[in-house]
Amino acid sequence: MNRAEPLILGIETSCDETGVGIVRGTTLLANTIASSMDEHARYGGVVPEVAARAHLEALGPTILAALEEASVSLDDLDAIAVTSGPGLAGALMVGVGAAKALALSLDVPIYAVNHLVGHVGADLLDTADPLETPTVALLVSGGHTSLLLVRDLVSDVELLGETIDDAAGEAFDKVARLLGLPYPGGPEIDRAAIGGDPKAIRFPRGLTQPKDQAAHRYDFSFSGLKTAVARWVEQREAAGEPVPLADVAASFREAVVDVLVTKAIAACTDLGVPRLLLGGGVIANARLREVAEERTDAAGIDLRVPPLSLCTDNGAMIAALGSQLVMAGHPPSGLGFGADSTLPVTEIRVA
Amino acid sequence: MLLAIDTSTGTSVAVVGRDGASGELRCLAETGTDDTMRHAEVIGGFIHEALAVAGISGSRLSGVTAGMGPGPFTGLRVGIAAAHAFALGIDRPFVPVVSHDAIAWSRYRAGDTGPLQVVTDARRREFAVSEYDGLDDDGLPVRVLGPELAPRDAVPEARGIRFDATIVSAGAVGMLAELAFAAGRLPLAADAPLYLRAPDVTPSPGKRVLQ
Ligand SMILES: [Zn+2]
Repeated sequence: MNRAEPLILGIETSCDETGVGIVRGTTLLANTIASSMDEHARYGGVVPEVAARAHLEALGPTILAALEEASVSLDDLDAIAVTSGPGLAGALMVGVGAAKALALSLDVPIYAVNHLVGHVGADLLDTADPLETPTVALLVSGGHTSLLLVRDLVSDVELLGETIDDAAGEAFDKVARLLGLPYPGGPEIDRAAIGGDPKAIRFPRGLTQPKDQAAHRYDFSFSGLKTAVARWVEQREAAGEPVPLADVAASFREAVVDVLVTKAIAACTDLGVPRLLLGGGVIANARLREVAEERTDAAGIDLRVPPLSLCTDNGAMIAALGSQLVMAGHPPSGLGFGADSTLPVTEIRVA
Repeated sequence: MLLAIDTSTGTSVAVVGRDGASGELRCLAETGTDDTMRHAEVIGGFIHEALAVAGISGSRLSGVTAGMGPGPFTGLRVGIAAAHAFALGIDRPFVPVVSHDAIAWSRYRAGDTGPLQVVTDARRREFAVSEYDGLDDDGLPVRVLGPELAPRDAVPEARGIRFDATIVSAGAVGMLAELAFAAGRLPLAADAPLYLRAPDVTPSPGKRVLQ
C-alpha cells in the first residue's frame, strides 16, 4: 500500500446524505453527495427508515459518480474508509455492509472511522496551511452539537461537551415549523430574520447559568429555547397581537449562535488552546460564522472554517480521516466492526 | 461461479458454481448464522470465509446474487448493499432473487411436491406469505401468489403444505440464480428490496455520543 500518499475512497451514510469521497493523501479528488433531504421535508425531520432506504438506492451510483469525478478506477484504491458511527444505526449499516464487501472485492484494507472526527479531518484537505493541533472543534448539524478537544487527529480526541437534548440544527427545524416555515429550518430562519432585531426578545441561553458550570460547562441544551419561542408566539397570538416574525427569527438565531460561540470560546480560553475549528451543516449559517469571527478575533483565537461542501456530511471527510490513519501507520480495522450509533469520539478508528 | 448473500433472516453467504470435473451445479461453500441482530458485523467475515472455503478470489466470480427479501428491513439492506458493492468491485452483474423463492426451491429439492405456502416473520404481528405450485421445466419454483403481508392470525389457508421458514440459504439463492441464468430466464426479480410496507415515519431523535 502507498502510505505516503494513499488513494482512499470514503463512504458516509450516518444521516440523510449518501456521501462518497476520494482523496489522495490530503488532495481532494471527489466529493459526491446524494441527499434524501427532500423526502424528509414533509415529515419536518430526518426519518431513519426513509434515509436508510435512500442510502441503499443511492450508494452504488454515488460510488460510480465519485470515481468518474476523480478520474480513478476502483483498482487504483489503496483502502476503503467508512463511517462506523455515531449516527442512525440503520443508515450506518448500509454503508458498513457495502464498504466491507467493496474492500473484500478489491482486496484492500478497510478503516472504520468516527463521523465526528471526520468533520475535523475535512479541514486537512486541499490546504497550504494545514490544521494545527491542539485545537477545539465545534461541530454543529441537524444530528449533532459537539465540542471536541483534538490533541492529535488520529490518536487523541476528547469530547468536551455535547447537546443534552436537541441538536442545534434540530432546534432550527423545530422553531421553523412552529413559525410556519418549511424544512430544513436553518436557511428558512435566516431568510425570515432579514431586517429583524436580534435583541428584540431575550430568549434563554441553555446551560449558561452559574449553576450549570460544574456539570455542563461545555454541554448544550436547545429544547428550553424552542419551548420559550413557542410560548412567546402563543402569548402574542392569544393577546391578538401580530407576531413580528423577523424579530422572533433573529432573536432565536442569536440565542443559538450566542451559546454555541460562547461555549466554544470558553473551551479555548480555559484549555489555553488558541484555535477553533467549525464543522457541520449549521456552519452554513452566516450569522454563526460572523459572530464566531468577531469573538475569536477579539479573543486572539485562530478560527478555521472548511469550505461549506466539506462542512456538511460528506464522504471526503471520511476518506480524509482514513488517509491520515494510513499515513500515520495505523493498522486497518478488522472485518467484525458494526454500526455504532453512539460511537464515542475517543474511538477515532474502530479496531 | 456466483457469490450469493441473503440477510432476509439471519446472515447467509455462499459460493455456487459448476463442479470442475462433472460440470454439475453445486454449492462450493456456505456459511452463516441465524442471529438476526448482527448482520453488519458478520457480513464481511462470512464473505471472506465463503471465498476462502471455495478456494477462489473475487475476480473469478461471474456475478453476485442476493435475496431481496421479504425480511426485516435493517438486516435485509446489509446483504443487498454488500452484494451490490461486491458486484461493483469486481465489475460483474448483480442478480436479484426473491428470498421466498429460494426457500421454496429448497423444499421442492428436499422432496416436497404440489402446492407450497412459504411463511416468514414480518414483525409487527404480520407474516410475509408466498404460494408456489411446484417447479417448472427449468427447475425454478412457480410462484402463484406473493410475497405479501398477512396478519399472523389471518394467513390464508394453505392449499397444500405450509412451511414456516426462519432461515434462508444463500446457497439456494445462488443455485436459483445459476439455474435462471442457464435457462436464459434473467432477470428473475427487480433490483429493489421487498419491503412490502411503507416506511415508518417516526422522526429521528438525532445523533448522540456517549459521554
Ligand atoms: Zn455530521
